[in-house]
Amino acid sequence: METKSLRLAYGEALVEEGRANTDIVVLEADLGKSTMSCLFKDAYPERYFEMGIAEQNMASTAAGMALAGKVPFYSTFAVFAAGRAYDQIRCAIAIPEANVRICGSSCGLSDFGDGKTHQSVEDANIMCSIPNMTVLNPCDAVETRKMVRAMLSHKGPVYIRINRNELPVYTAADTDYEIGRMYRIRKGSDVVIFATGSMVWKSMLAADLLEAAGISAEVVNVSSLKPLRKEEILKYTLGKKAIVTAEEANRIGGLGCAIAGLIIGEVHLPFAQVAIDDQFGTSAYGYDELLERYGLTERHIAEAACGAIAKRAIRH
Amino acid sequence: MDDQKIRHLQATAQQLRRNVLEMIGIGKAGHWGGSSSLAETMAVLYFHAMRVDAREPCNPARDRLVLSKGHAVLIQYAALCELGYFPREELKRVKSLDGLLQGHPDLTIPGIEAVTGSLGQGLSIGVGMALALRLEKRPAHVFVIMGDGEQSEGQLWEAAMAASNFEVDNLTAFIDLNRIQATGHTDEVFRIPDLVQKWNSFGWEVLNARGHDVTSIAENIDKARSIKGKPALIILETIKGKGVSFAENTATYHNGVFDDARFAQAMHEIALATDMREEVA
Ligand SMILES: Cc1ncc(C[n+]2csc(CCOP(=O)(O)OP(=O)(O)O)c2C)c(N)n1
Repeated sequence: METKSLRLAYGEALVEEGRANTDIVVLEADLGKSTMSCLFKDAYPERYFEMGIAEQNMASTAAGMALAGKVPFYSTFAVFAAGRAYDQIRCAIAIPEANVRICGSSCGLSDFGDGKTHQSVEDANIMCSIPNMTVLNPCDAVETRKMVRAMLSHKGPVYIRINRNELPVYTAADTDYEIGRMYRIRKGSDVVIFATGSMVWKSMLAADLLEAAGISAEVVNVSSLKPLRKEEILKYTLGKKAIVTAEEANRIGGLGCAIAGLIIGEVHLPFAQVAIDDQFGTSAYGYDELLERYGLTERHIAEAACGAIAKRAIRH
Repeated sequence: MDDQKIRHLQATAQQLRRNVLEMIGIGKAGHWGGSSSLAETMAVLYFHAMRVDAREPCNPARDRLVLSKGHAVLIQYAALCELGYFPREELKRVKSLDGLLQGHPDLTIPGIEAVTGSLGQGLSIGVGMALALRLEKRPAHVFVIMGDGEQSEGQLWEAAMAASNFEVDNLTAFIDLNRIQATGHTDEVFRIPDLVQKWNSFGWEVLNARGHDVTSIAENIDKARSIKGKPALIILETIKGKGVSFAENTATYHNGVFDDARFAQAMHEIALATDMREEVA
Protein backbone atom coordinates (compact mmCIF):
# COMPACT_ATOMS: atom_id res chain seq x y z
CA MET A 1 0.00 0.00 0.00
CA GLU A 2 1.10 3.55 -0.67
CA THR A 3 2.61 5.18 2.40
CA LYS A 4 3.17 8.89 2.95
CA SER A 5 4.75 11.14 5.53
CA LEU A 6 2.28 13.04 7.68
CA ARG A 7 4.84 15.58 8.82
CA LEU A 8 5.82 16.34 5.26
CA ALA A 9 2.12 16.80 4.46
CA TYR A 10 1.87 19.15 7.43
CA GLY A 11 4.81 21.29 6.28
CA GLU A 12 3.57 21.40 2.70
CA ALA A 13 0.07 22.33 3.83
CA LEU A 14 1.43 25.27 5.82
CA VAL A 15 3.26 26.50 2.73
CA GLU A 16 0.22 26.13 0.47
CA GLU A 17 -2.17 27.79 2.88
CA GLY A 18 0.36 30.48 3.73
CA ARG A 19 0.41 31.67 0.14
CA ALA A 20 -3.12 33.11 0.18
CA ASN A 21 -3.48 33.58 3.91
CA THR A 22 -0.76 36.00 4.88
CA ASP A 23 -1.95 36.05 8.50
CA ILE A 24 -0.46 32.62 9.01
CA VAL A 25 2.69 32.73 11.10
CA VAL A 26 4.74 29.73 12.16
CA LEU A 27 6.73 29.27 15.35
CA GLU A 28 9.24 26.51 16.00
CA ALA A 29 11.63 25.39 18.75
CA ASP A 30 14.73 24.02 17.02
CA LEU A 31 12.95 20.99 15.58
CA GLY A 32 11.76 22.43 12.27
CA LYS A 33 13.63 19.81 10.29
CA SER A 34 11.70 17.11 12.14
CA THR A 35 8.27 18.70 12.23
CA MET A 36 8.82 19.97 8.65
CA SER A 37 7.81 23.50 9.54
CA CYS A 38 11.20 24.27 7.93
CA LEU A 39 9.37 24.29 4.59
CA PHE A 40 7.43 27.36 5.70
CA LYS A 41 10.68 29.02 6.75
CA ASP A 42 12.07 28.53 3.26
CA ALA A 43 8.91 29.90 1.65
CA TYR A 44 8.11 32.84 3.92
CA PRO A 45 11.09 33.57 6.16
CA GLU A 46 9.59 36.82 7.45
CA ARG A 47 6.59 34.96 8.87
CA TYR A 48 8.65 32.21 10.49
CA PHE A 49 9.80 32.61 14.08
CA GLU A 50 12.53 30.31 15.34
CA MET A 51 12.02 30.64 19.08
CA GLY A 52 14.99 28.60 20.24
CA ILE A 53 14.57 25.61 22.51
CA ALA A 54 11.93 27.36 24.61
CA GLU A 55 8.53 25.73 24.24
CA GLN A 56 6.76 27.55 27.05
CA ASN A 57 7.76 30.92 25.70
CA MET A 58 6.76 29.77 22.22
CA ALA A 59 3.25 28.84 23.38
CA SER A 60 2.61 32.16 25.11
CA THR A 61 4.15 34.13 22.22
CA ALA A 62 1.84 32.34 19.82
CA ALA A 63 -1.04 33.35 22.08
CA GLY A 64 0.02 36.98 21.87
CA MET A 65 0.20 36.78 18.09
CA ALA A 66 -3.28 35.26 17.95
CA LEU A 67 -4.68 37.94 20.24
CA ALA A 68 -3.16 40.50 17.89
CA GLY A 69 -4.95 38.99 14.88
CA LYS A 70 -2.48 36.50 13.43
CA VAL A 71 -3.03 32.80 12.85
CA PRO A 72 -0.09 31.15 14.57
CA PHE A 73 0.89 27.50 14.12
CA TYR A 74 3.55 26.28 16.52
CA SER A 75 5.21 22.92 16.31
CA THR A 76 7.66 20.74 18.20
CA PHE A 77 7.63 17.13 19.45
CA ALA A 78 4.27 16.23 21.00
CA VAL A 79 5.74 15.71 24.48
CA PHE A 80 7.05 19.26 24.49
CA ALA A 81 4.21 20.87 22.54
CA ALA A 82 1.54 19.59 24.90
CA GLY A 83 3.44 18.70 28.06
CA ARG A 84 6.18 21.24 28.52
CA ALA A 85 3.87 24.15 27.83
CA TYR A 86 0.75 22.82 29.54
CA ASP A 87 0.05 25.77 31.81
CA GLN A 88 0.90 28.27 29.07
CA ILE A 89 -1.59 26.50 26.80
CA ARG A 90 -4.19 26.45 29.52
CA CYS A 91 -3.83 30.06 30.60
CA ALA A 92 -2.75 32.00 27.53
CA ILE A 93 -4.37 29.92 24.79
CA ALA A 94 -7.35 27.87 25.99
CA ILE A 95 -8.99 30.20 28.51
CA PRO A 96 -8.98 33.16 26.10
CA GLU A 97 -9.88 30.82 23.21
CA ALA A 98 -6.96 32.16 21.20
CA ASN A 99 -6.71 30.92 17.63
CA VAL A 100 -3.44 29.10 18.17
CA ARG A 101 -2.78 25.91 16.20
CA ILE A 102 -0.50 23.57 18.10
CA CYS A 103 1.25 20.76 16.27
CA GLY A 104 2.52 17.89 18.44
CA SER A 105 4.84 16.06 16.09
CA SER A 106 6.52 12.64 16.52
CA CYS A 107 3.59 11.62 18.72
CA GLY A 108 2.94 8.35 20.49
CA LEU A 109 5.71 5.78 20.15
CA SER A 110 6.61 6.94 16.66
CA ASP A 111 9.95 8.44 17.78
CA PHE A 112 11.04 4.89 18.50
CA GLY A 113 14.76 5.33 19.25
CA ASP A 114 14.60 8.21 21.69
CA GLY A 115 12.68 6.40 24.42
CA LYS A 116 10.30 7.45 27.15
CA THR A 117 11.29 11.11 27.47
CA HIS A 118 10.44 11.67 23.82
CA GLN A 119 7.51 9.31 23.30
CA SER A 120 4.19 10.92 24.16
CA VAL A 121 1.70 8.43 25.49
CA GLU A 122 -0.52 11.13 26.97
CA ASP A 123 -0.30 14.32 24.88
CA ALA A 124 -3.74 14.04 23.29
CA ASN A 125 -5.28 12.86 26.57
CA ILE A 126 -4.01 15.98 28.34
CA MET A 127 -5.12 18.24 25.52
CA CYS A 128 -8.60 16.71 25.44
CA SER A 129 -9.01 17.49 29.12
CA ILE A 130 -8.48 21.23 28.60
CA PRO A 131 -11.77 23.11 28.05
CA ASN A 132 -12.09 24.97 24.73
CA MET A 133 -9.43 22.83 23.07
CA THR A 134 -10.10 20.93 19.85
CA VAL A 135 -7.94 17.85 19.33
CA LEU A 136 -7.20 16.24 15.97
CA ASN A 137 -5.33 13.03 15.24
CA PRO A 138 -5.00 12.34 11.51
CA CYS A 139 -4.68 8.78 10.25
CA ASP A 140 -2.68 9.63 7.14
CA ALA A 141 -0.98 12.36 5.13
CA VAL A 142 -4.03 13.19 3.02
CA GLU A 143 -6.18 13.75 6.07
CA THR A 144 -3.42 15.86 7.62
CA ARG A 145 -3.55 18.14 4.61
CA LYS A 146 -7.31 18.56 4.92
CA MET A 147 -7.09 19.23 8.62
CA VAL A 148 -4.69 22.12 8.18
CA ARG A 149 -7.25 23.70 5.84
CA ALA A 150 -10.10 23.03 8.26
CA MET A 151 -8.15 24.47 11.19
CA LEU A 152 -7.99 27.81 9.41
CA SER A 153 -11.73 28.37 9.47
CA HIS A 154 -12.12 26.90 12.95
CA LYS A 155 -12.60 29.25 15.89
CA GLY A 156 -10.52 28.65 19.01
CA PRO A 157 -7.39 26.65 19.74
CA VAL A 158 -6.62 23.36 18.02
CA TYR A 159 -4.09 20.66 18.84
CA ILE A 160 -3.03 18.32 16.03
CA ARG A 161 -1.07 15.17 16.79
CA ILE A 162 1.23 13.93 14.06
CA ASN A 163 3.03 10.63 13.62
CA ARG A 164 6.74 10.62 12.78
CA ASN A 165 6.63 7.72 10.33
CA GLU A 166 5.12 7.21 6.91
CA LEU A 167 1.70 5.61 7.12
CA PRO A 168 -0.56 4.00 4.50
CA VAL A 169 -3.11 6.34 2.96
CA TYR A 170 -6.74 5.44 3.63
CA THR A 171 -8.52 8.73 3.01
CA ALA A 172 -9.21 10.37 -0.33
CA ALA A 173 -8.10 13.86 -1.29
CA ASP A 174 -11.38 14.77 -2.94
CA THR A 175 -13.85 13.92 -0.16
CA ASP A 176 -15.20 16.42 2.37
CA TYR A 177 -13.61 16.82 5.73
CA GLU A 178 -15.17 18.42 8.78
CA ILE A 179 -13.78 18.76 12.31
CA GLY A 180 -15.88 16.72 14.76
CA ARG A 181 -17.09 14.14 12.27
CA MET A 182 -16.15 10.49 12.17
CA TYR A 183 -15.39 8.75 8.92
CA ARG A 184 -16.18 5.16 8.15
CA ILE A 185 -13.30 3.63 6.24
CA ARG A 186 -14.62 0.10 6.01
CA LYS A 187 -18.12 -1.24 6.28
CA GLY A 188 -18.90 -4.21 8.47
CA SER A 189 -21.77 -5.72 10.42
CA ASP A 190 -20.49 -7.66 13.45
CA VAL A 191 -18.13 -5.38 15.30
CA VAL A 192 -17.28 -1.69 15.06
CA ILE A 193 -13.70 -0.56 15.63
CA PHE A 194 -13.33 3.11 16.53
CA ALA A 195 -9.70 3.90 15.73
CA THR A 196 -7.58 7.02 15.77
CA GLY A 197 -4.25 8.00 14.20
CA SER A 198 -1.93 5.11 13.36
CA MET A 199 -4.45 2.67 14.79
CA VAL A 200 -6.70 3.22 11.76
CA TRP A 201 -4.01 1.47 9.74
CA LYS A 202 -3.74 -1.36 12.27
CA SER A 203 -7.52 -1.67 12.47
CA MET A 204 -7.83 -2.00 8.71
CA LEU A 205 -5.34 -4.86 8.85
CA ALA A 206 -7.26 -6.30 11.79
CA ALA A 207 -10.46 -6.17 9.75
CA ASP A 208 -8.75 -8.36 7.14
CA LEU A 209 -7.76 -10.87 9.81
CA LEU A 210 -11.27 -10.85 11.21
CA GLU A 211 -12.80 -11.33 7.79
CA ALA A 212 -10.68 -14.41 7.31
CA ALA A 213 -12.13 -15.67 10.59
CA GLY A 214 -15.67 -14.98 9.39
CA ILE A 215 -16.19 -11.78 11.37
CA SER A 216 -17.29 -8.63 9.60
CA ALA A 217 -15.61 -5.57 11.11
CA GLU A 218 -16.45 -1.94 10.50
CA VAL A 219 -13.60 0.56 10.89
CA VAL A 220 -14.39 4.14 11.86
CA ASN A 221 -11.69 6.79 11.74
CA VAL A 222 -12.04 9.03 14.77
CA SER A 223 -9.67 11.73 13.69
CA SER A 224 -11.38 14.36 15.83
CA LEU A 225 -10.68 13.24 19.37
CA LYS A 226 -12.46 16.35 20.54
CA PRO A 227 -15.21 17.29 19.93
CA LEU A 228 -16.46 13.73 20.09
CA ARG A 229 -20.12 13.58 19.20
CA LYS A 230 -22.40 11.01 20.76
CA GLU A 231 -24.74 10.86 17.77
CA GLU A 232 -21.79 10.00 15.54
CA ILE A 233 -20.86 7.11 17.81
CA LEU A 234 -24.43 5.83 18.00
CA LYS A 235 -24.66 5.84 14.21
CA TYR A 236 -21.96 3.19 14.04
CA THR A 237 -22.75 1.09 17.09
CA LEU A 238 -26.30 0.50 15.89
CA GLY A 239 -26.84 -3.15 15.02
CA LYS A 240 -23.34 -4.28 16.03
CA LYS A 241 -22.47 -7.09 18.43
CA ALA A 242 -19.43 -5.46 20.01
CA ILE A 243 -17.36 -2.27 20.20
CA VAL A 244 -13.58 -1.97 20.04
CA THR A 245 -11.56 1.22 20.41
CA ALA A 246 -7.93 1.55 19.30
CA GLU A 247 -5.50 4.37 20.10
CA GLU A 248 -1.74 4.83 20.36
CA ALA A 249 -2.07 6.49 23.73
CA ASN A 250 -2.52 5.79 27.39
CA ARG A 251 -5.78 3.96 28.01
CA ILE A 252 -6.61 6.36 30.84
CA GLY A 253 -8.31 9.49 29.61
CA GLY A 254 -8.09 8.63 25.93
CA LEU A 255 -10.43 7.71 23.10
CA GLY A 256 -11.70 4.49 24.65
CA CYS A 257 -12.61 6.17 27.92
CA ALA A 258 -14.24 9.06 26.10
CA ILE A 259 -16.45 6.83 23.92
CA ALA A 260 -17.39 4.60 26.84
CA GLY A 261 -18.23 7.65 28.91
CA LEU A 262 -20.58 8.99 26.28
CA ILE A 263 -22.58 5.83 25.63
CA ILE A 264 -22.49 3.93 28.90
CA GLY A 265 -25.95 2.98 30.04
CA GLU A 266 -27.37 3.57 26.59
CA VAL A 267 -25.57 1.09 24.40
CA HIS A 268 -25.47 -2.38 25.88
CA LEU A 269 -22.64 -4.00 23.99
CA PRO A 270 -19.40 -5.69 25.01
CA PHE A 271 -16.55 -3.22 24.83
CA ALA A 272 -12.80 -3.72 24.40
CA GLN A 273 -10.12 -1.06 24.53
CA VAL A 274 -6.81 -1.37 22.69
CA ALA A 275 -4.41 1.20 24.10
CA ILE A 276 -1.17 1.64 26.02
CA ASP A 277 -1.60 0.16 29.45
CA ASP A 278 -0.62 3.14 31.62
CA GLN A 279 3.10 2.87 30.93
CA PHE A 280 5.80 5.06 29.45
CA GLY A 281 7.50 4.09 26.22
CA THR A 282 10.98 2.68 25.73
CA SER A 283 13.70 2.76 23.10
CA ALA A 284 13.64 0.35 20.17
CA TYR A 285 15.26 -0.04 16.75
CA GLY A 286 11.93 0.26 14.97
CA TYR A 287 8.34 1.44 15.29
CA ASP A 288 6.75 -1.93 14.56
CA GLU A 289 8.64 -3.58 17.42
CA LEU A 290 7.21 -1.02 19.80
CA LEU A 291 3.66 -1.39 18.55
CA GLU A 292 4.02 -5.11 19.13
CA ARG A 293 5.45 -4.62 22.63
CA TYR A 294 2.68 -2.25 23.66
CA GLY A 295 -0.12 -4.38 22.26
CA LEU A 296 -1.01 -2.13 19.35
CA THR A 297 -0.91 -4.43 16.32
CA GLU A 298 -3.63 -5.80 14.05
CA ARG A 299 -3.42 -9.06 15.95
CA HIS A 300 -4.15 -7.33 19.25
CA ILE A 301 -7.09 -5.47 17.76
CA ALA A 302 -8.49 -8.60 16.12
CA GLU A 303 -8.13 -10.53 19.37
CA ALA A 304 -9.86 -7.73 21.25
CA ALA A 305 -12.71 -7.88 18.77
CA CYS A 306 -13.02 -11.67 19.04
CA GLY A 307 -12.90 -11.42 22.83
CA ALA A 308 -15.64 -8.82 22.90
CA ILE A 309 -17.88 -10.79 20.58
CA ALA A 310 -17.33 -13.94 22.64
CA LYS A 311 -18.34 -12.09 25.81
CA ARG A 312 -21.64 -11.33 24.20
CA ALA A 313 -22.12 -14.95 23.25
CA ILE A 314 -21.50 -16.03 26.83
CA ARG A 315 -23.90 -13.44 28.20
CA HIS A 316 -26.77 -14.51 25.92
CA MET B 1 48.48 16.29 36.68
CA ASP B 2 51.62 14.61 35.44
CA ASP B 3 52.28 13.85 31.78
CA GLN B 4 51.37 10.24 32.15
CA LYS B 5 47.98 11.14 33.61
CA ILE B 6 47.38 13.64 30.83
CA ARG B 7 48.18 11.05 28.17
CA HIS B 8 45.97 8.57 29.91
CA LEU B 9 43.03 10.97 29.93
CA GLN B 10 43.59 11.88 26.28
CA ALA B 11 43.63 8.24 25.31
CA THR B 12 40.54 7.64 27.42
CA ALA B 13 38.69 10.43 25.61
CA GLN B 14 39.48 8.78 22.28
CA GLN B 15 38.35 5.43 23.62
CA LEU B 16 35.07 7.03 24.68
CA ARG B 17 34.61 8.40 21.16
CA ARG B 18 35.24 4.94 19.77
CA ASN B 19 32.64 3.50 22.12
CA VAL B 20 30.12 6.10 20.95
CA LEU B 21 30.74 5.28 17.30
CA GLU B 22 30.31 1.60 18.04
CA MET B 23 27.02 2.32 19.76
CA ILE B 24 25.70 4.37 16.86
CA GLY B 25 26.87 1.90 14.26
CA ILE B 26 25.77 1.93 10.65
CA GLY B 27 22.38 3.03 9.37
CA LYS B 28 20.92 4.15 12.69
CA ALA B 29 20.43 7.68 14.00
CA GLY B 30 22.65 8.66 16.91
CA HIS B 31 23.77 11.84 18.64
CA TRP B 32 27.42 11.86 17.59
CA GLY B 33 27.91 15.64 17.50
CA GLY B 34 27.01 16.58 21.05
CA SER B 35 28.51 13.38 22.45
CA SER B 36 31.94 13.75 20.91
CA SER B 37 32.24 17.38 21.96
CA LEU B 38 32.13 16.11 25.57
CA ALA B 39 34.67 13.27 25.29
CA GLU B 40 37.52 15.05 27.12
CA THR B 41 35.15 16.45 29.77
CA MET B 42 33.73 13.00 30.47
CA ALA B 43 37.24 11.54 30.62
CA VAL B 44 38.37 14.16 33.15
CA LEU B 45 35.21 13.92 35.24
CA TYR B 46 34.92 10.15 35.45
CA PHE B 47 38.61 9.21 35.39
CA HIS B 48 40.07 12.06 37.42
CA ALA B 49 37.78 14.53 39.16
CA MET B 50 34.73 12.70 40.40
CA ARG B 51 34.66 10.46 43.44
CA VAL B 52 32.63 7.57 42.10
CA ASP B 53 32.91 3.82 42.33
CA ALA B 54 31.14 1.43 39.99
CA ARG B 55 30.97 -1.15 42.76
CA GLU B 56 28.89 1.23 44.85
CA PRO B 57 26.75 3.20 42.39
CA CYS B 58 24.33 4.22 45.15
CA ASN B 59 26.85 5.23 47.79
CA PRO B 60 25.32 8.42 49.28
CA ALA B 61 28.77 10.03 49.47
CA ARG B 62 29.40 9.80 45.72
CA ASP B 63 29.75 12.80 43.43
CA ARG B 64 26.89 13.17 40.95
CA LEU B 65 26.81 14.01 37.28
CA VAL B 66 23.55 15.20 35.76
CA LEU B 67 23.65 15.35 31.98
CA SER B 68 21.11 18.07 31.32
CA LYS B 69 21.73 17.75 27.57
CA GLY B 70 20.53 14.18 27.88
CA HIS B 71 20.63 13.45 24.15
CA ALA B 72 24.44 13.16 24.50
CA VAL B 73 24.08 10.22 26.86
CA LEU B 74 26.10 7.93 24.57
CA ILE B 75 29.31 9.60 25.76
CA GLN B 76 28.24 9.01 29.36
CA TYR B 77 27.46 5.35 28.62
CA ALA B 78 30.90 5.13 27.01
CA ALA B 79 32.53 6.25 30.26
CA LEU B 80 30.28 4.24 32.59
CA CYS B 81 31.01 1.13 30.58
CA GLU B 82 34.78 1.65 30.82
CA LEU B 83 34.39 2.01 34.59
CA GLY B 84 32.47 -1.25 34.80
CA TYR B 85 28.99 0.02 35.63
CA PHE B 86 27.55 -2.46 33.13
CA PRO B 87 28.93 -5.09 30.75
CA ARG B 88 30.42 -3.99 27.46
CA GLU B 89 27.89 -6.10 25.53
CA GLU B 90 25.23 -3.56 26.49
CA LEU B 91 26.87 -0.99 24.23
CA LYS B 92 25.96 -3.06 21.19
CA ARG B 93 22.34 -3.22 22.30
CA VAL B 94 21.87 0.48 23.00
CA LYS B 95 18.35 1.66 22.13
CA SER B 96 17.23 -1.89 21.36
CA LEU B 97 13.93 -3.06 22.77
CA ASP B 98 15.33 -5.17 25.57
CA GLY B 99 18.67 -3.46 25.97
CA LEU B 100 19.64 -1.73 29.20
CA LEU B 101 20.73 1.51 27.56
CA GLN B 102 17.90 3.85 26.60
CA GLY B 103 17.99 6.65 24.03
CA HIS B 104 18.07 9.16 26.88
CA PRO B 105 19.30 8.93 30.49
CA ASP B 106 17.15 6.68 32.62
CA LEU B 107 17.41 5.71 36.28
CA THR B 108 17.23 2.03 35.39
CA ILE B 109 20.85 2.34 34.23
CA PRO B 110 23.61 2.06 36.86
CA GLY B 111 25.57 5.29 37.14
CA ILE B 112 22.85 7.50 35.69
CA GLU B 113 21.66 10.03 38.28
CA ALA B 114 18.64 11.70 36.68
CA VAL B 115 16.09 11.31 33.91
CA THR B 116 16.90 13.98 31.35
CA GLY B 117 16.26 14.46 27.65
CA SER B 118 13.65 17.13 27.95
CA LEU B 119 16.11 20.01 27.79
CA GLY B 120 16.45 22.72 30.40
CA GLN B 121 15.69 20.67 33.50
CA GLY B 122 19.04 19.24 34.58
CA LEU B 123 20.30 22.26 36.46
CA SER B 124 17.18 22.36 38.63
CA ILE B 125 17.67 18.69 39.48
CA GLY B 126 21.34 19.33 40.22
CA VAL B 127 20.50 22.24 42.53
CA GLY B 128 18.03 20.01 44.36
CA MET B 129 20.70 17.36 44.85
CA ALA B 130 23.23 19.94 46.01
CA LEU B 131 20.80 21.36 48.57
CA ALA B 132 19.96 17.89 49.86
CA LEU B 133 23.65 16.96 50.15
CA ARG B 134 24.31 20.18 52.03
CA LEU B 135 21.50 19.42 54.47
CA GLU B 136 23.03 16.01 55.05
CA LYS B 137 26.46 17.64 55.50
CA ARG B 138 27.95 15.39 52.85
CA PRO B 139 31.06 16.59 51.03
CA ALA B 140 29.84 15.23 47.67
CA HIS B 141 29.89 17.52 44.65
CA VAL B 142 27.28 17.78 41.90
CA PHE B 143 28.20 18.38 38.25
CA VAL B 144 25.66 19.42 35.62
CA ILE B 145 26.36 19.56 31.89
CA MET B 146 24.22 21.78 29.69
CA GLY B 147 24.27 22.58 25.99
CA ASP B 148 24.62 26.02 24.46
CA GLY B 149 21.45 25.61 22.42
CA GLU B 150 19.80 24.52 25.64
CA GLN B 151 20.50 27.97 27.12
CA SER B 152 17.27 29.20 25.53
CA GLU B 153 15.19 27.13 27.97
CA GLY B 154 13.77 29.47 30.59
CA GLN B 155 13.76 26.93 33.41
CA LEU B 156 17.52 26.80 33.38
CA TRP B 157 17.65 30.49 34.29
CA GLU B 158 15.22 29.88 37.13
CA ALA B 159 17.63 27.23 38.37
CA ALA B 160 20.55 29.63 37.92
CA MET B 161 18.80 32.13 40.17
CA ALA B 162 17.92 29.46 42.72
CA ALA B 163 21.53 28.28 42.89
CA SER B 164 22.85 31.72 43.65
CA ASN B 165 19.95 32.55 45.96
CA PHE B 166 20.81 29.49 48.04
CA GLU B 167 24.55 30.11 47.70
CA VAL B 168 25.05 26.62 46.35
CA ASP B 169 28.77 25.98 46.14
CA ASN B 170 28.80 22.20 46.04
CA LEU B 171 27.70 22.29 42.41
CA THR B 172 29.63 22.97 39.22
CA ALA B 173 27.82 23.49 35.94
CA PHE B 174 29.23 23.27 32.43
CA ILE B 175 28.09 24.67 29.13
CA ASP B 176 29.27 22.71 26.12
CA LEU B 177 29.86 25.70 23.87
CA ASN B 178 30.04 23.88 20.56
CA ARG B 179 28.05 26.61 18.82
CA ILE B 180 25.66 24.27 17.03
CA GLN B 181 22.22 23.02 18.08
CA ALA B 182 19.77 20.62 16.42
CA THR B 183 18.97 22.56 13.26
CA GLY B 184 22.03 24.75 12.75
CA HIS B 185 24.52 27.21 14.22
CA THR B 186 23.36 28.83 17.45
CA ASP B 187 24.10 32.23 15.91
CA GLU B 188 21.64 31.54 13.14
CA VAL B 189 18.99 29.54 14.99
CA PHE B 190 18.63 31.60 18.14
CA ARG B 191 21.20 34.12 19.31
CA ILE B 192 22.15 34.29 22.96
CA PRO B 193 24.82 36.98 23.18
CA ASP B 194 26.93 37.76 26.24
CA LEU B 195 26.55 34.38 27.87
CA VAL B 196 29.35 35.12 30.34
CA GLN B 197 27.81 38.42 31.44
CA LYS B 198 24.42 36.75 31.76
CA TRP B 199 25.69 34.05 34.10
CA ASN B 200 27.80 36.57 36.00
CA SER B 201 24.81 38.76 36.56
CA PHE B 202 22.85 35.75 37.79
CA GLY B 203 25.41 35.45 40.58
CA TRP B 204 27.69 32.77 39.20
CA GLU B 205 31.45 32.58 38.99
CA VAL B 206 32.22 31.93 35.33
CA LEU B 207 35.35 30.08 34.21
CA ASN B 208 36.55 29.21 30.73
CA ALA B 209 38.15 25.96 29.66
CA ARG B 210 39.48 24.64 26.39
CA GLY B 211 37.06 21.78 26.08
CA HIS B 212 39.35 19.36 24.25
CA ASP B 213 42.32 20.02 26.54
CA VAL B 214 42.18 17.70 29.53
CA THR B 215 44.59 19.85 31.57
CA SER B 216 42.50 22.96 31.07
CA ILE B 217 39.31 21.09 32.02
CA ALA B 218 40.89 19.56 35.13
CA GLU B 219 42.37 22.86 36.32
CA ASN B 220 39.06 24.63 35.93
CA ILE B 221 37.22 21.93 37.83
CA ASP B 222 39.69 22.34 40.69
CA LYS B 223 39.16 26.09 40.60
CA ALA B 224 35.39 25.71 40.50
CA ARG B 225 35.38 23.38 43.50
CA SER B 226 37.40 25.85 45.54
CA ILE B 227 34.90 28.71 45.06
CA LYS B 228 32.85 29.26 48.20
CA GLY B 229 29.49 30.94 48.73
CA LYS B 230 28.33 30.90 45.10
CA PRO B 231 27.89 28.44 42.26
CA ALA B 232 30.46 28.07 39.48
CA LEU B 233 30.06 27.59 35.76
CA ILE B 234 32.72 26.31 33.37
CA ILE B 235 32.23 27.25 29.75
CA LEU B 236 33.78 24.57 27.57
CA GLU B 237 35.02 25.79 24.19
CA THR B 238 34.40 22.73 22.05
CA ILE B 239 33.82 21.48 18.54
CA LYS B 240 30.62 19.63 17.81
CA GLY B 241 31.44 16.27 16.27
CA LYS B 242 35.12 16.54 17.33
CA GLY B 243 37.35 13.75 16.11
CA VAL B 244 35.65 12.89 12.83
CA SER B 245 36.52 15.50 10.21
CA PHE B 246 33.39 15.37 8.06
CA ALA B 247 31.15 15.42 11.13
CA GLU B 248 32.80 18.40 12.81
CA ASN B 249 31.07 21.77 13.07
CA THR B 250 27.87 20.66 11.42
CA ALA B 251 24.29 20.01 12.52
CA THR B 252 24.14 17.05 10.11
CA TYR B 253 25.57 14.73 12.75
CA HIS B 254 23.61 16.21 15.62
CA ASN B 255 21.53 13.04 15.35
CA GLY B 256 22.81 11.74 12.05
CA VAL B 257 23.19 8.37 10.38
CA PHE B 258 26.54 6.94 9.25
CA ASP B 259 26.54 4.85 6.10
CA ASP B 260 29.14 2.09 5.66
CA ALA B 261 31.80 4.27 4.10
CA ARG B 262 31.36 7.16 6.53
CA PHE B 263 31.40 4.82 9.47
CA ALA B 264 34.63 3.21 8.31
CA GLN B 265 36.20 6.61 7.79
CA ALA B 266 35.08 7.78 11.23
CA MET B 267 36.55 4.72 12.94
CA HIS B 268 39.72 5.14 10.94
CA GLU B 269 40.13 8.78 12.00
CA ILE B 270 39.63 7.97 15.66
CA ALA B 271 42.14 5.10 15.45
CA LEU B 272 44.66 7.29 13.64
CA ALA B 273 44.39 10.06 16.24
CA THR B 274 44.90 7.53 19.01
CA ASP B 275 48.00 6.08 17.30
CA MET B 276 49.51 9.50 16.73
CA ARG B 277 49.02 10.36 20.37
CA GLU B 278 50.82 7.18 21.34
CA GLU B 279 53.71 7.93 19.02
CA VAL B 280 54.13 11.38 20.46
CA ALA B 281 54.09 9.83 23.87
C1 LIG C 1 12.55 20.47 25.82
C2 LIG C 1 13.21 19.94 24.60
N1 LIG C 1 12.98 20.53 23.41
C3 LIG C 1 13.54 20.04 22.29
C4 LIG C 1 14.34 18.94 22.33
C5 LIG C 1 14.93 18.35 21.05
N2 LIG C 1 16.40 18.57 21.01
C6 LIG C 1 17.25 17.60 21.36
S1 LIG C 1 18.85 18.08 21.27
C7 LIG C 1 18.40 19.60 20.72
C8 LIG C 1 19.46 20.63 20.43
C9 LIG C 1 20.37 20.84 21.60
O1 LIG C 1 21.37 21.74 21.29
P1 LIG C 1 22.56 21.96 22.31
O2 LIG C 1 22.01 22.27 23.65
O3 LIG C 1 23.45 22.99 21.72
O4 LIG C 1 23.25 20.55 22.42
P2 LIG C 1 24.52 20.00 21.60
O5 LIG C 1 24.72 20.82 20.40
O6 LIG C 1 25.66 20.14 22.53
O7 LIG C 1 24.22 18.58 21.31
C10 LIG C 1 17.02 19.71 20.59
C11 LIG C 1 16.29 20.89 20.13
C12 LIG C 1 14.55 18.33 23.59
N3 LIG C 1 15.29 17.23 23.72
N4 LIG C 1 13.99 18.86 24.70
